[in-house]
Amino acid sequence: MIVTGKGGVGKTTVAVALGLRAASEGKRTIVCEVSSQENASRMFEHTAVGFHEVEMEENLWSISIDPDESMREYVLLQLKVRAMRDMLFRSRIFNYLAAATPGLKELVTIGKIWELAQLDRKVKSGRKYDLVIVDAPATGHGVGFLQTPRTFASIARVGPIHSQAQTLDRFITDHRNTGTAIVALPEEMPVNESMALEKDLRDEVGVAVDRVYLNGLYPERFKKEEAAKLSQLVENENGATRAAARAGLSEFGRARSQRQQLARLKRGVEAPVKTLPFLFEPELDVEAARRLAGRLS
Amino acid sequence: MASLNEVLDGKSICICAGSGGVGKTTTSAAIATGMAAQGLKVCVLTIDPAKRLADSLGLEELGNEARRVDPALIEEQGVEMKGELWAMMLDAKATFDELIARQAPDEESRDRVLNNRIYQQISSALAGSQEYMAMEKLFELHTEGEFDLLVLDTPPTRNALDFLDAPKRLTQFIEGKSLRVFMKPTGLAAKVTGRGVSVMLSVFKKIVGFDLIADLAEFFNAFSGMVDGFQARAKRVNKLLADPETCFLVVCGPQGEPIDEAVYFHRKLVEAKLPFGGVIVNKVHYPADELEAEVDDLPAALAEKLGDPNLAKRVADNFADYQALAERDARNIDHLAGELRTSCVIRVPYLDEDVHDLHGLTEIDRYLFATAEERVEMAAGRA
Repeated sequence: MIVTGKGGVGKTTVAVALGLRAASEGKRTIVCEVSSQENASRMFEHTAVGFHEVEMEENLWSISIDPDESMREYVLLQLKVRAMRDMLFRSRIFNYLAAATPGLKELVTIGKIWELAQLDRKVKSGRKYDLVIVDAPATGHGVGFLQTPRTFASIARVGPIHSQAQTLDRFITDHRNTGTAIVALPEEMPVNESMALEKDLRDEVGVAVDRVYLNGLYPERFKKEEAAKLSQLVENENGATRAAARAGLSEFGRARSQRQQLARLKRGVEAPVKTLPFLFEPELDVEAARRLAGRLS
Repeated sequence: MASLNEVLDGKSICICAGSGGVGKTTTSAAIATGMAAQGLKVCVLTIDPAKRLADSLGLEELGNEARRVDPALIEEQGVEMKGELWAMMLDAKATFDELIARQAPDEESRDRVLNNRIYQQISSALAGSQEYMAMEKLFELHTEGEFDLLVLDTPPTRNALDFLDAPKRLTQFIEGKSLRVFMKPTGLAAKVTGRGVSVMLSVFKKIVGFDLIADLAEFFNAFSGMVDGFQARAKRVNKLLADPETCFLVVCGPQGEPIDEAVYFHRKLVEAKLPFGGVIVNKVHYPADELEAEVDDLPAALAEKLGDPNLAKRVADNFADYQALAERDARNIDHLAGELRTSCVIRVPYLDEDVHDLHGLTEIDRYLFATAEERVEMAAGRA
């Protein structure tokens, strides 16, 4: 499951919530980060996990996929000889070529995701996962990221990486095994971008878009008549009563404009839309994600 | 507390930087609109505005050319437009192609580069090329001297720092020093280290496929006449970024994570000796000012006024939620101001209406260009 969307929409929170949900159902699950920001492990107040599969909770694992580490692992799997791999990586030319090859970093990152999802893991001591959740790069980067295998397959027309890239492309676009979720916010621009993203993912990358999560939806706490009463209070009162009434009106206004965006999103995308509530909490920690997980049926 | 006007006084370039999703595009557009209204000829360079932002600026679409925004549209918002507002959307690939056309010694070398597959990949896909081209365009516009102020909305990089390293990384790539020597079969280096290198290349070929290496060799050959021009230009771009007439503004949100990133980003700016101007925090929940007149039992006081205990309870609960967010924001921003040791922290409140058009931009400007005292006063009237 690839979780994607514009920057700042809560992809990590949703990815972790999906992970918690699956883990609670007894599925051995891993959440993969690709941005080396370690947001997921930070949510669990865990030290940075790096390029290691680390258990956060029962059945829930986390890894931060570093492209350089993925490259080392991949090359070792190809060459089989550790000393030769190390010699290669000490070479400036090799490092230069690796850095210069367009898309190679993305390709080996996807390669690692593929490896994690294999029933028969390639790395020693690797155990199989029932579900691999990817906290993908933000929109823009996201589509390019997922397109890498196909682009690569066309650049390198021969050789092992050509067939590897084809395998990865088939893996990503296999609707039975791989799906994507888009995370959106109930605001004009994020909704527009989510609609465009769904189209790109479907038409250009060829992946299945299973669901759009509209994150951070304000509750409808007040009815229209109640808002009118609050407006009167704002006009006639002072002090805390006025401030409270004003906060109520803000909530009413935001909840209403967000509902309009929700309606627009539902009209604009093909995948089913699932809303996630705005959490009035200072920081979104693992408990917040757990509460969201409860809403993900 | 310094105001945005003081920070931007005498500047000819303003670069808005920050991580994704914090409202950089909106902030850049609002700064440009505000400065133009005050009488400057301003151009905002943006990467990926939502279609409606282009629409609301009265522009069908933003191309790689600067377009003027109809002043009547801004005046409709009750703002007097004393200067000129221009906008352009950067097309990284087109900018790169133009640059190649300028640097190439002749048409043949130009076409060899433009048709090379590696070039086609890096010009549109290589991480950093978008960032580099944004600065390239900035440099070009600055050199032409058409505008009093250029406002750059930096690309939404995964990591806000990518764009600082981008010119260096790209020029290093194009120089390809470590590689080009070894790719010339007759070079001295090939004789000395030939065998080791050919083993290396053959292993690499085995991994990535042969033709990629050939494409790279072709790319470096095609580029060879342009390397010096690129280096010289990159140096001038870097000089411009460090110029005292340039000002970097860090844009962030009030949550813990964006604040941490802003602190980190500021540190990198200082390390790179780039001129930091201030920080803009978007979507801030302001605390209610009237709290001085706090009452002991708010639900009861509200129930009395509203005549509906159930509604009163919900209003009070909602208020408590909002206040908790306001306290968090205040705490985070205090932390930010302390870390940055800056007197310019501009808090833009979380407006009730979604900001995506000129109306929204002029609303934002009221806060951006106010003094700190005015902002508190304005925000006190809202939640």
